[in-house]
Amino acid sequence: MANDLAFESSRQPSPLLEWATRHRVALASLFLLVFPLVMPFKALAIMILIYGLYALGFNLLFGYLGLLSFGHSALFGAGAYLCGIAIVHFGWPWYLAIGLGLVAGMAVALVIGALAIRTRGIYFAMVTMALSQCVYYLFYQAVDLTGGENGLRGVNLKLVNIAGFEVDFLNPLSRYYIVCGFVIAALWVLSRILASPFGAVIEAVRENEARARASGYDVTLVRLLTFVLSGAFCGLAGALLALHLSTVPIETMHYETSGLAVMMCLLGGMGTFFGPFIGAAIFLLLENLVSVWTSHWQLFVGLAFMACVLFFPRGIWGTVMDRMRA
Amino acid sequence: MQPVAQDQSVIMRTEGVGKTFGSFVALKDITAEFRHGAITSIIGPNGAGKSTYFNVLSGAFAPSTGKILFEGRDVTGMAQHKFAHLGIAKSFQITNVFPLLTTHENIRVSLQALVSRFDIFRPRTRLSELDDEAEALLERVGLAGQRHRLAGSLAHGEQRALEVGMALASHPRLLLLDEPTAGMSPEETRTMMDLIVRLAQERTVILVEHKMKLVMGISDRLLVLHHGELLAEGTPDDIRRNELVKRVYLGQREH
Repeated sequence: MANDLAFESSRQPSPLLEWATRHRVALASLFLLVFPLVMPFKALAIMILIYGLYALGFNLLFGYLGLLSFGHSALFGAGAYLCGIAIVHFGWPWYLAIGLGLVAGMAVALVIGALAIRTRGIYFAMVTMALSQCVYYLFYQAVDLTGGENGLRGVNLKLVNIAGFEVDFLNPLSRYYIVCGFVIAALWVLSRILASPFGAVIEAVRENEARARASGYDVTLVRLLTFVLSGAFCGLAGALLALHLSTVPIETMHYETSGLAVMMCLLGGMGTFFGPFIGAAIFLLLENLVSVWTSHWQLFVGLAFMACVLFFPRGIWGTVMDRMRA
Repeated sequence: MQPVAQDQSVIMRTEGVGKTFGSFVALKDITAEFRHGAITSIIGPNGAGKSTYFNVLSGAFAPSTGKILFEGRDVTGMAQHKFAHLGIAKSFQITNVFPLLTTHENIRVSLQALVSRFDIFRPRTRLSELDDEAEALLERVGLAGQRHRLAGSLAHGEQRALEVGMALASHPRLLLLDEPTAGMSPEETRTMMDLIVRLAQERTVILVEHKMKLVMGISDRLLVLHHGELLAEGTPDDIRRNELVKRVYLGQREH
């Protein structure tokens, strides 16, 4: 049983926090709309959006349901590859390709989830990691479709037609806002899920599986459904990555990408609505800024991560939320 | 499914129920009936198989042999979560709440299980009648005014009371309680016993208890288990007079 309750024993909501929670999507959107204007490079801002969305999907499983997956790169990568393949090999319009990426993320999540969901804790992490490696090799070997080791190239999108308007996808700022549109929609959907009756069930299963089962919930099914929902967000993030990079590097599916989601979530604050975004932003900013003056940037990111785990075990955003609650 | 020619006074029945774990026989051929509206206590010394029997009755374990009938319906091997939907609720021996949810949310989630499970898009505030019902249940188990407290921060006795509240949320016709007073202070124990008697006025209660004295006064019937077998059953007076029971149970130091 969780004994680290010292940080709060009551959840009497303060009016300000209640207001902010009710309007969390609007507030987050506002932040994201202003965000590129304060960022040094627009391309980096787009990467933060995409990885933020990826971490958000991961957080649904990790932070809210309490399952640590080390296989999310397969969901992210499948979204990226399928979106790219639809454009490169089949000439699909961009919006359908994005939809395919999202569905691909869900499909891979369904398969991995169905096989892994009965295991717990470290076993779940290992099984998801092993299965994601299987998916990795599947895409690695399918050279004709995926480009194998070289990655999938030529996911070119120059003009995007939105409701009759031609928007230049090569312009970083307009590209940012197109990606941002998808991310805001995803935030809205996530917020609805978390506020729904099912959102309460997700947290109940995290808190106490046996009790949830005794209360009448099919825990396995709740887990699987949450995994698949998580796959939708990650697949969408992958699809947006393919469009943004114009290519899908094979590393997208590498298990390091799975670790990235864990790190971003912990940095930002697992189980908080906006934490994964903060985590993604901090990680990518550190990576980009530190790598300008030293090639050993990982050393510094690692130090920052350790400091965060030591001093802000609830993550940066999680700590901010705790302060507001107190 | 219609109960077939079934004795209405029996709510649950086990027929030749056994449970083995590997080569260990935890329960052997238990045939017993639980009467509708009664408080039946399952007692026995340590290792008698009480908890195993409880877990079989509550659906946590499928029996290795035999059948379980609830209101005449065969529920043997049915998944645990379906038991709540049938009208069977349980509390655990080890306190089992959702620690990081508020007491109110603990009950609300339990109530919701019977109403909407996979409603993923509409706001949960839509189910406002559940909020009121949760409030009423909190009051029922003596936790009124604690709705904003996190369940994990409650005192032990309060957590157990909360758990009973959660079990009541599914409007069970049969309430199964596994050592509901375990680890409680004498005062908390008294409060819990009073609560159980009050709850039993509206539903059937099956109670597993280690401390025989505690349940003698409130039980209508008792089952005594010993080494995984049903040693005796009857009214508290029958059990008190039973020579076998005296030898295996009462002869021991009382706990």
